[in-house]
Amino acid sequence: MQTALHIVVCAGIVPDPLQTLEPITTPAGPGLKNEMVLPAVLDPWAASALYEAAVLAAKAPGSKVWLVSLGPKAKLQQVMMTVAQKVAFELAPIDGPIGGFPDAHATAAVLAETIAKLPGLDRERLLLFGGWESATRGAGVTLQLVGERLGITDQFQGVDQVNLRDDGSFEVLERVEGGKHQVSVCAGAPAVLGWATGNLAEPRNNPQVGMANMRTIMPALQKAPAVKLEANGLSYISVALPKQQRTTRVVKDMSPDEIAAELAAWIGAE
Amino acid sequence: MESILVLTHADETGAALTKASLEAVSAGIELAGRIGASVSIGIVAVDAQAAGAAVASSGARLLGVFGEPFGQARYSTDAAACEALCRAAQATIVLAPGSSRFTRVAAGVSHRLGGFIDTHITALGGTANIEASRWFYRQRIEAVLSRDARPWFLLLDSGTHAAFAGEATPAQVEQVAVQLPLIRTTVSGLRAPTQGAQTIRPDAKLLFVAGAGWTKKQPDGQTHVPEAADLILGFLRGAGASLGSSKSLVDQGSEGQSVLPFLTHLNQIGQTGATPRHPKGLATCCHGEEPHVVGWRFIGERRAVSLDANCGWTRGKADVVYVADAFQVMAKLNALIGSVGA
Repeated sequence: MQTALHIVVCAGIVPDPLQTLEPITTPAGPGLKNEMVLPAVLDPWAASALYEAAVLAAKAPGSKVWLVSLGPKAKLQQVMMTVAQKVAFELAPIDGPIGGFPDAHATAAVLAETIAKLPGLDRERLLLFGGWESATRGAGVTLQLVGERLGITDQFQGVDQVNLRDDGSFEVLERVEGGKHQVSVCAGAPAVLGWATGNLAEPRNNPQVGMANMRTIMPALQKAPAVKLEANGLSYISVALPKQQRTTRVVKDMSPDEIAAELAAWIGAE
Repeated sequence: MESILVLTHADETGAALTKASLEAVSAGIELAGRIGASVSIGIVAVDAQAAGAAVASSGARLLGVFGEPFGQARYSTDAAACEALCRAAQATIVLAPGSSRFTRVAAGVSHRLGGFIDTHITALGGTANIEASRWFYRQRIEAVLSRDARPWFLLLDSGTHAAFAGEATPAQVEQVAVQLPLIRTTVSGLRAPTQGAQTIRPDAKLLFVAGAGWTKKQPDGQTHVPEAADLILGFLRGAGASLGSSKSLVDQGSEGQSVLPFLTHLNQIGQTGATPRHPKGLATCCHGEEPHVVGWRFIGERRAVSLDANCGWTRGKADVVYVADAFQVMAKLNALIGSVGA
């Protein structure tokens, strides 16, 4: 019999990866041009964490999944229309700024405060999930900071697999250098797990799950507390798109033999 | 005046610093010289005296946390070790390699010290103020930032600085005592995710990127996945290359399509994958922003083989694009590399 888990997934919203991004200066600091109208998605690695959380929760009866997300309320609502159809969760939204330029420490403080106040959350059974890096800031520090603030000292990053055991312990596979995994066994919750890709495909949309989720998501969004994030001494000297453009030689008239010979010479050259 | 602590750790032997650690030492010495700061080196190892030999000639103060509990990468013990080193050094700036080991703990340590952290730093500039360069939005936007708050932790991306290469001499490492926390995690070891060939080689001179085209129907109307696998593995062996993949190719496994058996999500480059650093890159059967822009940000010379002469993603991103059938080209190339090798 698996021990029931309380899994809290921290997940931000990010511009759809196919969108062209252009940095601009705003009164609040750097931002993206037309940021509020860019189509947004749930952060990809955090989305992996959400899907893994749902699968693990299903294996341990009595478990529950929360999704804690910081972003502009309107964008959160837009993204939740899709995410809510994937897996069952209870949303804890926070109405705040979007994007990768706010300070991660400030974000972590707000997330930790929200998690600490979640009604019904048993911190002894808490598995704190999220992406090991976001697709915005990509610093890989927010989840760790939230864990520290909640006093959790078993943390794992770049997680691709968790195997629950009947005694409440679990085996974790974390990405390390050289395309390998470090294998660890943790005595059990509480723990922080920053997920990489995991092994699950994106779940299909399930309208029934979506309807059930939306019954709690909409009221939660209406009550989402508004927050401002501290800069913590962080300042930006420049924010720009890379300017490097290469002169591409397009070769259309060489035979495979000739191309192979040219590539072999190129590979062998120092 | 700033004081700099460079946090380092040993490799799997427990007695030699990792290459990324030596790169951080170089960065610390360079920065200290430029801004007129003092520099210390903190070492986490089973045998810090032995590990410290490689950096003894730097002239920096050497501090060490050592013993068997620090032979394994684990949050609770590593965070305690780094926290103790930081408190002993009383540094205002803490540099560390962006290894998996320190990436796991550095933010937590910065919080314990009442400090702040920025990661994936690719360059350190400035004299009056330290200016750190890093990328946002998965290597799409580059920013230079600074912080007034101290202590300021900066995790350096590997490959952005030369490794410290001073002469190895006996080291005098000051031992720093650590209050060990309750250890609830046991590290069992490392596991290679793929059967057979090791396809990810961070130190390889060439990154070979395989796109989804390898598993699509070929001109004869059939897929040739086993042949593609042989060609790719043959090339990796012959050229000593590392293998990267587009997301679409890796995802095919979870979508029930034919897949290259040795590919995993660890090979994936781009938005939800790695952005590795190699001097050269060769992309085959790729189409899209992931392999050509995001995943290739830190690749030096770039070439591509593609059947799509109008692939807009390669224009301005690759140095050379060969419009050709990758199956034919790679078969010929493997033969040439094999003959060169023989």
